[in-house]
Amino acid sequence: MRNLYAFGAGGLFGIGLWVSGMTDTRKVIGWLDIFGDWDPTLAFVLGGAVGVMFVAWRIAAGRAAPALGGDFPEAPEPRLGRNLVLGSILFGMGWGLAGLCPGPAMASLSWGGGGGLLFLVAMLAGMLAAPPVRARLATEG
Amino acid sequence: MPTEWLMGLLGGGLIGLAAAMYLLLNGRIMGASGIVGGLVDGSGGFKSERAAFLAGLVIGPGVVVVLAGGAETHLTGNWGVVILAGLLVGLGTRLANGCTSGHGVCGLSRFSLRGFVATAFYLLAGGVTVVLAKHLWGVV
Repeated sequence: MRNLYAFGAGGLFGIGLWVSGMTDTRKVIGWLDIFGDWDPTLAFVLGGAVGVMFVAWRIAAGRAAPALGGDFPEAPEPRLGRNLVLGSILFGMGWGLAGLCPGPAMASLSWGGGGGLLFLVAMLAGMLAAPPVRARLATEG
Repeated sequence: MPTEWLMGLLGGGLIGLAAAMYLLLNGRIMGASGIVGGLVDGSGGFKSERAAFLAGLVIGPGVVVVLAGGAETHLTGNWGVVILAGLLVGLGTRLANGCTSGHGVCGLSRFSLRGFVATAFYLLAGGVTVVLAKHLWGVV
């Protein structure tokens, strides 16, 4: 049952990414391109998603547990670290270069062609490189 | 209001509903990079749930796009740029423990400081990168 709802959430997420234009790299780069022909669509996407999730967090706060059992995720640590900042900068650079972030890269797999598949493979390789890089950064203080 | 903005708001609402469903039913944070990253490097638990989410993420829009008559990502044809961008997105999101969906959608909506800081830095880095790569170097 948990897997069925997870499948449904993934499907809804992917459909939302396509409807909103997030799987179109031109729209994403257009949003980041503040000195070009700026496209404000992504502000509406983020606004719509954050607005619904704001309500969801309120509902979660009034409940003891998720509907399918288990626990709600713990509140994140307020600690800001170097990895958070460095990682977000690297992610932003890649996002700006190609116009794809992880969700849309996977959602568009079936119509993204060879380039989309190549991006996904490189992204997974980058993800596998993260644990050693993280360990290296930790030892260097 | 242009249709594209309305579609953005509608699609964003669907993204929010998906995240709300994953939180209120499964009790999980809907972060794309965390869900796939925890699966590929073996660090995350509840593997079948992750796999089911990812299957839905690929199949759901895949079916809808076929019914709608196709879609286009307009991804650059420069494969060097594609590989570099993919590596940066993969490494960066795992170092930062989140991407646009986890830090952005789920983090901002619960007023997470980490979410705000991550979102500020990836938006800034993305903007600077587009200015450099498009307007100065002309590679994208």
